[in-house]
Amino acid sequence: MAAARRLLPRWAGAMRPVGAGAGPGPGQGLGRAQGNGTGTGDLEPGGGPGPGPGRGRAPAPLRSRRSRLCPQISAAAAGALPARVKVVEVGPRDGLQNEQSIVPTAVKIGLIDMLSHTGLPVIEATSFVSPRWVPQMADHTEVMQGINKLPGVSYPVLTPNLKGFQAAVAAGAKEVSIFGAASELFTKKNINCSIEESLERFSEVMSAARAASIPVRGYVSCVLGCPYEGKISAAKVAEVSKKMYSMGCYEISLGDTIGIGTPGSMREMLTAVMKEVPVGALAVHCHDTYGQALANILVALQMGVSVVDASVAGLGGCPYAKGASGNVATEDLVYMLNGLGIHTGVDLQKLMDAGTFICNALNRRTNSKVSQASCRL
Amino acid sequence: MGTVPSALKHCLSYQHLLKEQPWIGEPVPPPQPGQESQTSGLPEYIKIVEVGPRDGLQNEKVIVPTDIKIELINRLSKTGLSAIEVTSFVSSKWVPQMADHKEVMRGIERHPGVRYPVLTPNLQGFHNAIAAGATEVSVFGAASESFSKMNINCSIEESIEKFEEVVKSARNMNIPVRGYVSCALGCPYEGNILPAKVAEVSKRLYSMGCYEISLGDTIGVGTPGSMKRMLEAVMKEIPLSAIAVHCHDTYGQALANILTAIQVLLQCMSEGAVFLADLNLSRSCQNSLMKQALHSLSDWLYASSSLAWSEDGSCCSGFIRRRSGWLSLCKGCYWKCGHRGCDIHA
Repeated sequence: MAAARRLLPRWAGAMRPVGAGAGPGPGQGLGRAQGNGTGTGDLEPGGGPGPGPGRGRAPAPLRSRRSRLCPQISAAAAGALPARVKVVEVGPRDGLQNEQSIVPTAVKIGLIDMLSHTGLPVIEATSFVSPRWVPQMADHTEVMQGINKLPGVSYPVLTPNLKGFQAAVAAGAKEVSIFGAASELFTKKNINCSIEESLERFSEVMSAARAASIPVRGYVSCVLGCPYEGKISAAKVAEVSKKMYSMGCYEISLGDTIGIGTPGSMREMLTAVMKEVPVGALAVHCHDTYGQALANILVALQMGVSVVDASVAGLGGCPYAKGASGNVATEDLVYMLNGLGIHTGVDLQKLMDAGTFICNALNRRTNSKVSQASCRL
Repeated sequence: MGTVPSALKHCLSYQHLLKEQPWIGEPVPPPQPGQESQTSGLPEYIKIVEVGPRDGLQNEKVIVPTDIKIELINRLSKTGLSAIEVTSFVSSKWVPQMADHKEVMRGIERHPGVRYPVLTPNLQGFHNAIAAGATEVSVFGAASESFSKMNINCSIEESIEKFEEVVKSARNMNIPVRGYVSCALGCPYEGNILPAKVAEVSKRLYSMGCYEISLGDTIGVGTPGSMKRMLEAVMKEIPLSAIAVHCHDTYGQALANILTAIQVLLQCMSEGAVFLADLNLSRSCQNSLMKQALHSLSDWLYASSSLAWSEDGSCCSGFIRRRSGWLSLCKGCYWKCGHRGCDIHA
């Protein structure tokens, strides 16, 4: 499947408040050096009649780096953000998976049922992985069968292989997810094979899913850094994303697995990936291990991404940095999106209630700053 | 994250980071020709003002011993920070944590190139600060009447009158004054704060002589949207170079708000705020002189000049800063800027 190429930043040359239509650029009079609207900032002064003798061509070095970059900044700062963002709640799976204590099945079901009423459109329910590897998810079938599935809400589940997929479908799953990684070492340590081999395993899942008309979401881990390899090249992330998208995943969630990314590396990575996968098919899954998650998500939104993964109460730590935090808290994300006027459909109050519920059950403090500020644990 | 467990402290220690995650701390390599840098669209330098010893400790419940405060500031001085807010010369009745302001001020090691501002809420505090050796002071305004009343028991107007005394004395002694505006994005008592009000208070503080205005999201309720709206209002009243942001992370929004502030301020710098100079090229001779002058100035400009030509080559805009301040150009050169006199023809 050919990936759409992004030719121009969508915001090029336009400055409009969130939610409003595209307006005229700010001031096209004297001194406006970026009115060409191409978003590239190239300012070839060669055109037009010269004002007089001795002028000739305008000197090239006057096109400075800053001015060349202005439209991008203008775009970014103009906040040409999506009008709607789909929030994918990964707390019950990615969140709980990293919690130390095993959560009773009833509590998991209770959490998912509460989340279902918050307006979240997607809630990752569980993982059909062997309980030997992930004991927390041993009750996947019971959870899947026990939750109250609301119409209009998706409940994807993780399926690392064909066996897991079949078990998931038998338990009533209507959407599945597969996990790739942009790091060879991470893949080796995580599932004991190379990236290529992992994709071959997933292709079995893809074929079965296609036959059963079940949509598949793809995750790419370590997009901004790997706990084993260190730096990950943006090109590698783009390559893996492209392969997974070509295999048939409807969406690719790019995961900053160890939360090491910053706005700069996020932008660099997304620029590479967006050349291979249409931005409408991209999601970001930022960990807040170094406190960078919301800033990274903001940059992703500015670049056109409109699907963001988050975990209620910031559930889930980091298996690679003992004691550190993990997923970005859904409450904090929704707070930011609300402040930006971006529609999510999520009721923040009910979300905080779900967070309170699970934190009480886990006997732990919430990682959500919004919840802390609202005196909800 | 609440109390930091020892495992986390170990994890976050810099040595651990460098050992196990060697790519942290490596400077971003310069972009290859024709390639965009990772940080393209962002300023090359951001001044970080460390407020931990004052604003940070002030809000800690436990009274911190003086020698610990001094040690903290001494260690911060070695990090490369260019400004560290040391203490507050406020009555110990109101802020017991800052009761040892004199001892701290006298006890710290002053590193060359590092500024050590102190808070001085009134003239008495200012005099005490100077007596203790302060060489820079800060004053605190608020964009909310209720907050001003609850915090310092007077209206915004009354507080500004008090600050005027401080600023006047400071100017007489060549002491720079930094101004803070609290509740820039929301007030715990009033709720929403109008950007226009923040702009008005900022303008008052800047006009009276504060060299920089730090806009504080005191309760951390701001989001990128409200940050942008507020900054747009303030930028109409005070120069960009005088704006700083002071974001609280109460709702986890601080870094996103700071990123937005950087983007908004840089955008405005490029498009034409107070220090932008517009050049009308209808007079070609003077213009070519101008261009020559600009090029010859480049060797003593400490900030890279940012000039851009319009598509038809008829006008050029940009800003130039020189080491000691802003470049002044006369009307005859068709440059417009906030200063009189001309550095090119002088």
